[in-house]
Amino acid sequence: MSLKDKVAIVGVGRCKFGENWDRSEEDMIVDATFQAYEDAGIEDPRKQIDAIYCGSLYSKNGSVEVSEALKLYKPLTSVLNYCATGTEAFRAAAMSVAAGVYETVLVVGYDKPKDRGVSGPSVNIRDVRDLPATPAGWFAVCAQPYFEKYGASREHLAKIAVKNHHNGTLAPESFLKKEITVEDALNGRMISWPFGLYDCAAQSDGCAVTIVTRADKAKNFRDDPVYVKAVASGCAPNPNTDPDFDFCRWKPTENAGAEAFEMAGIKDPGKEIHVAQVHDCFTLTELLTYEDLGFIEKGSAKEYIEDGYFELDGELPVNTDGGLKTFGHPTGASGVRMIVENVLQLQGRAGERKLKKQPTMALSHNIGGFPTGCAVAILGIDK
Amino acid sequence: MIMAGIETYGAYIPITRLPFSVIAGKPPKEGGPEKAVAWSDEDSVTMAVAAGKNCLAGVDHTSVDAVILATTTLAFSEKQGASIVAKALDLTGDVKTLDISGSLRSGLLAIEQAIDMVKAGSANKVLVIASDCRMGAPKSGVEMKVGDGAAALLISNDNVIAELANSASHANEMMDVWRRQGDEFVHSWEDRFINEHGFQENTIAAINTLLEKSKQSATDLSCACISATDARNLGAVMKAAGFKPDQMQDAFFGKVGFSGTAHAPMMLVAALEKAGVGDSVLVSAYGDGASAATFNVTGKVSAERRGIAFYLQRRRVIDHYNKYLSARDLVFGEYPPLDDQGISATVQFRNRDENLSLQGQICQNCGTHQFPKGRVCVRCGTKDQWQPVNYQNNQGKVLTYTFDAFYPAPEPPTAATIVEVVNADGSAGARIHMQFADASTQVMKTGLDVEFVFRRIHRAGKRPNYFWKCTPPHEQQLVAEKADGGAA
Repeated sequence: MSLKDKVAIVGVGRCKFGENWDRSEEDMIVDATFQAYEDAGIEDPRKQIDAIYCGSLYSKNGSVEVSEALKLYKPLTSVLNYCATGTEAFRAAAMSVAAGVYETVLVVGYDKPKDRGVSGPSVNIRDVRDLPATPAGWFAVCAQPYFEKYGASREHLAKIAVKNHHNGTLAPESFLKKEITVEDALNGRMISWPFGLYDCAAQSDGCAVTIVTRADKAKNFRDDPVYVKAVASGCAPNPNTDPDFDFCRWKPTENAGAEAFEMAGIKDPGKEIHVAQVHDCFTLTELLTYEDLGFIEKGSAKEYIEDGYFELDGELPVNTDGGLKTFGHPTGASGVRMIVENVLQLQGRAGERKLKKQPTMALSHNIGGFPTGCAVAILGIDK
Repeated sequence: MIMAGIETYGAYIPITRLPFSVIAGKPPKEGGPEKAVAWSDEDSVTMAVAAGKNCLAGVDHTSVDAVILATTTLAFSEKQGASIVAKALDLTGDVKTLDISGSLRSGLLAIEQAIDMVKAGSANKVLVIASDCRMGAPKSGVEMKVGDGAAALLISNDNVIAELANSASHANEMMDVWRRQGDEFVHSWEDRFINEHGFQENTIAAINTLLEKSKQSATDLSCACISATDARNLGAVMKAAGFKPDQMQDAFFGKVGFSGTAHAPMMLVAALEKAGVGDSVLVSAYGDGASAATFNVTGKVSAERRGIAFYLQRRRVIDHYNKYLSARDLVFGEYPPLDDQGISATVQFRNRDENLSLQGQICQNCGTHQFPKGRVCVRCGTKDQWQPVNYQNNQGKVLTYTFDAFYPAPEPPTAATIVEVVNADGSAGARIHMQFADASTQVMKTGLDVEFVFRRIHRAGKRPNYFWKCTPPHEQQLVAEKADGGAA
């Protein structure tokens, strides 16, 4: 069974991400959704949208926020999978269309952490053993073993931050628009070794929306629909207790990637994927993802980073809009925001971020938990 | 008549030392006076577990019939400490658990109580642990005098290395030192009054009664372990009772400090560490009256034990007084600590084997170790074929680590590790996500050998919440990182 070419994206929207002090969830949802309506040429959403799939990890009132914001009282499904929530909402929506249950579905990913009154992650104490209590601590456990085995260092992580900061300056909706240097990144305040401030995604509010429909009806909405080649989800044992884990990869990414490539019929991801948005919650997560998705060989990331391979003008541009690093990580929004960026890139509508070689196949990736879950979406402009 | 006495012993002194110069706002001075302080993840219960673990090294845990915890510094007015200690030490389900509290004399009283139990035949082996971490008000004279520590003695009628010869008590009632319900700091009346009419009169009276009973004179004894609050008081009793300086067991002033209920038992352990067969050791303790006892040394403990000598060598010096204040929750935060129901007691109940006994499990189908416990094997998928296994006495190896600057701590960052338990046969046990205790982050590396220590992880619900941490086993001298001059 496969999702390949059964579903297409016909409209995208993303609100301005950032510390949206003066804007509510409702404002962000309305901004992004009406942008997507316009993009899809939808004039009467109450007739043209059949259902809503919503991804929000810590909404105050649950997915009802979406129907109340849009006054669109359609079947509403809430999807959660830690930081992969956005892509998972998209996956569920795509499956509902592929199954023939609905024809046109709205995917809304959003979160609004900046109403919580803390600048960083809040330290959760849920149980005695839940330690360390910050995501930086969870994602840092691969650092030292990977560094020791493959010789990479904080400098390579810093280069990823520099790249994403640069790309973010070119995205109108990004939060941080500031070029940084490797020195800036290395000298940032330490969060959880080896992650300094610049190795960590920003915290921001945001909402991103896609409208999906049956592939055979997509051209009723627009001439250049983007086709879903695969959406896959992968899980793996908690890396903190997995007896077979080597701390040099994230297994959920390997598992989700394998399923996605098989579904999309991709044999050589490094060649066949032309642009990728990957989960850079921390710089090391992006580094591991290059390898875990098979773009390059395990252990070789440092050479590719040094060569600028993943930069905007490189062979395989990654995080062309600046990623979580500059958009921040309003959890439910991130996966959908990445899909929006890939749609814009595939349609040649990415403005200053336009790639030197027009891509036809794009990948996006979210990973979350300790991490324990991952979702990957592959999109193509050709059917 | 059943002969009863001490079969073996152990002790614990927190690695953290607060120099008096740092209390005075100056840098640490090597060789200067200092005190041992239980750090932010330690309390009377964790120190008791450490001392108890050292005492029971090589002893069959199932042979312990009762555990008595003597302390004046439990987190709870209503809720036993000994029950937590028994669970953490993996004692049997039918062990009798008992706290003795209220008086600084409780440590010695608990030893005498245990000996009475063994003599009466109601128990064969009783583990007595005395542990205290009292606080004087910041910058007060009392703060300089008190220190933290614990001692554990296994009282039995079997393989005894020191038999109780005689004991005596002297009753007294006065307000000399006290803490009311809810008081954090020790109160006391005027020094000269309480020293003379409290400590000295009573201690001397108990010692004199004891010597009379045993038809001995002070100079007949090999060693006198006289628990006192400071050197001046100790000297006064020495003179009045007729002891010579070379008979006196060092009372750890300027090293550990006066450790409350644990002080007399710690001195006794220190004396036993160097005693020879045939020695006669006197121990006395004061607190709402005084008690004294003599022990005849009849043997040596078979294996090397972690006692006072071991822990006096192990130091980590604090360079800033604010770190101490922070470790003891004596600083103001923006908000007071959350006074809510804390961690679910129901969840704690279900997790008690993992949290308190560091218990994992072995799959009977494929041999995989798993922590925390679950129903289905992560490797072979078999359901419910598990054999429980306790890791607390195993060693481990650090597989990876991070230094988390966000976790609230008096000296951030907090080192968090993933440790692989090393089984007795050298094979890999379970992997456990746990914090790193006591040692500087500078010693951290992958492959570092560690052992497991029972610690207070946090105080959600304003209750101590306990789990295990890892620490290097043989670090002798772990000096704190250079003074940063800043508050913790």
